[in-house]
Amino acid sequence: MKRGLTLAWLLFLASVPLWLDNLYILHVLIMTGIFVIAAMSLNLLLGYTGQLSLGHVAFFGIGAYVSSLTTLGFSVHLLPDWQVSADPKPVWFGMLLGTVVAGLFGWAIGRLAFKVRGAYFVIVTISFAEVIRLVALNWVELTQGPMALNNIPYLRLGIPEVFEVAFLRKPANYYLVLAVGILCYIIIRRLVKSRAGRAMIALRENEPLASSVGVDVTRYLVLATVVSAAMAGAAGTLYAHYVRIVDPDVFLFIYTVTMVIMVISGGKGTLAGPVVGGIIFGLLPEVLRSARVPPEMQWVVYGVLMILVVYFLPQGIVPAVRDWWLSRRAADAPDVPAEATTKAASR
Amino acid sequence: MSQSPASAELIVKDLTIRFGGLTAVEGMTFEVNRGEVLSLIGPNGAGKTSAFNAITGYIQANGGSMTYQGTLLNGLKPNQIAELGLVRTFQKTSVFMGQTVLDNVLHGLHLVSKQRPLAIIFGLPSVAREEMELAAEAHRILGFVGLSGRADWAASSLPYGELRLLEVAIALAAKPKLLLLDEPVSGMNPSETASFMKILAEIRKLDITVLLVEHDMKMVMGVSDRVVCLNQGKIIANGSPAEIQGNPEVIRAYLGERYVRAQG
Ligand SMILES: Nc1ncnc2c1ncn2[C@@H]1O[C@H](COP(=O)(O)OP(=O)(O)O)[C@@H](O)[C@H]1O
Ligand SMILES: [Mg+2]
Repeated sequence: MKRGLTLAWLLFLASVPLWLDNLYILHVLIMTGIFVIAAMSLNLLLGYTGQLSLGHVAFFGIGAYVSSLTTLGFSVHLLPDWQVSADPKPVWFGMLLGTVVAGLFGWAIGRLAFKVRGAYFVIVTISFAEVIRLVALNWVELTQGPMALNNIPYLRLGIPEVFEVAFLRKPANYYLVLAVGILCYIIIRRLVKSRAGRAMIALRENEPLASSVGVDVTRYLVLATVVSAAMAGAAGTLYAHYVRIVDPDVFLFIYTVTMVIMVISGGKGTLAGPVVGGIIFGLLPEVLRSARVPPEMQWVVYGVLMILVVYFLPQGIVPAVRDWWLSRRAADAPDVPAEATTKAASR
Repeated sequence: MSQSPASAELIVKDLTIRFGGLTAVEGMTFEVNRGEVLSLIGPNGAGKTSAFNAITGYIQANGGSMTYQGTLLNGLKPNQIAELGLVRTFQKTSVFMGQTVLDNVLHGLHLVSKQRPLAIIFGLPSVAREEMELAAEAHRILGFVGLSGRADWAASSLPYGELRLLEVAIALAAKPKLLLLDEPVSGMNPSETASFMKILAEIRKLDITVLLVEHDMKMVMGVSDRVVCLNQGKIIANGSPAEIQGNPEVIRAYLGERYVRAQG
């Protein structure tokens, strides 16, 4: 039943470019998909370990810049008479490198921040994102600063001159984002249903008890940060080679806030939560636009909706729907202790 | 001491713990021998929980040493101490409240599980196989403490007595060699306490050494091989249950001077 629902949902997503001929809406869907991946990555940290990264967009931006620079090539002076240059590399390599470098930054931040957790982690991540933004803005020789990196190549896969798929047009990019999204979803699902994910949940729920049965706090928090950062980085590389222009605005705080809103409204600590929250809040601005709501009002509507969700569904949309569904089923089958099933499902 | 030092599993020597100006434990020395049940008793505030916290790495000792089978415990982190085989429960009921009973025990099986991050991410068949073994083991442990029928319940919906059993199940899942129980039956009714004593007897059969902190004297006298009595941070008696029961210092610590005089 659940498997059938998943399959139907995937078939629907895969069919979209076949019947949707409005390219603008397809563009919105691609951008939403990229944000959903970023939100899923944030959920691994925020939802499963309980640590709030308010600089999450830094990993996204690092992925975008590293991949762009690798594929464009660059030449910088590290010292007045020491110049380092790199020739352009294939896009698939740039995307891989962007993902890995973002993961390495995640490792460093994790090691640094998890000595001091909670509020300190929030502060470290915010500061980190701001520092990275300033570097991107001011290291003009490398990043072009506010002039942005332009003409970023698009992804081509296959053997040149023989058989090649070019990810230039929107349908191709849609399928690319969908594929990466599914891959990230599968990885997160495997993680959270394994020893590693259980350790993360145990730390979130009761850290002293978790360490009493041998869970190494730092190890699992760092693992979560690395995977989370790498996935955000991967989302950034998708963005870079789809939009094909990257400027320091990718590091804006508002993007982190958007990801947090997606995760919390959808349901943190659930697999489907960031997908549902991401789709709702990713499509909402376009829905409002087509309803001719003025741009200033869009943010107000955004905020009000967020407050309503948090106020009436504090766990998020997905857990609320699941609880409602389970309690209805429990009412239909009186031999199941209703209280037990609903409560067990509430996390 | 009648026991040979070779059989000492845990050696606590001159343990001192201070909280600011307050000395919670002072010069505490005792040993736990392989396979025995040793009870640590003493009035509230005597320093029993503080000693537990120091042995299991939750607080740092201000002096003295703790050695487990030749390994110095001072300075180790709680999870490292758990890896050595010392697993504790907490005085204040401590489970993973938001999770099911079965998941609680699965959390406890962390050290039994051997999955590596890359194997998990690549979804190797060994991971799926182990997950099934872990679930079976968790069910077995729930059966051992008598919570078989509760596997799918939320921990938060368990009655109090069963919560305390779940705590023990989580600790047992970590495969302790030395199990430290901090007031496991406090708040239980007499019949729950009686069945807990049966579980404790079964735990002994598994070749697990037990260090027990408990106020229920009937239980302490019933299950212990040896009893150490602590008062105001210092050990005032160490002997068999019968010796402790007749020790005037112990009676005085528990019941106060007036009671002893009235009896005398
Ligand atoms: N974290 C702490 N900070 C300050 N004082 C503490 C702390 N933990 C325990 N104490 C004090 O240490 C003494 C011993 O407490 P405890 O070890 O909990 O005793 P017991 O478990 O034997 O009842 C008490 O006076 C208690 O108030
Ligand atoms: Mg105590």
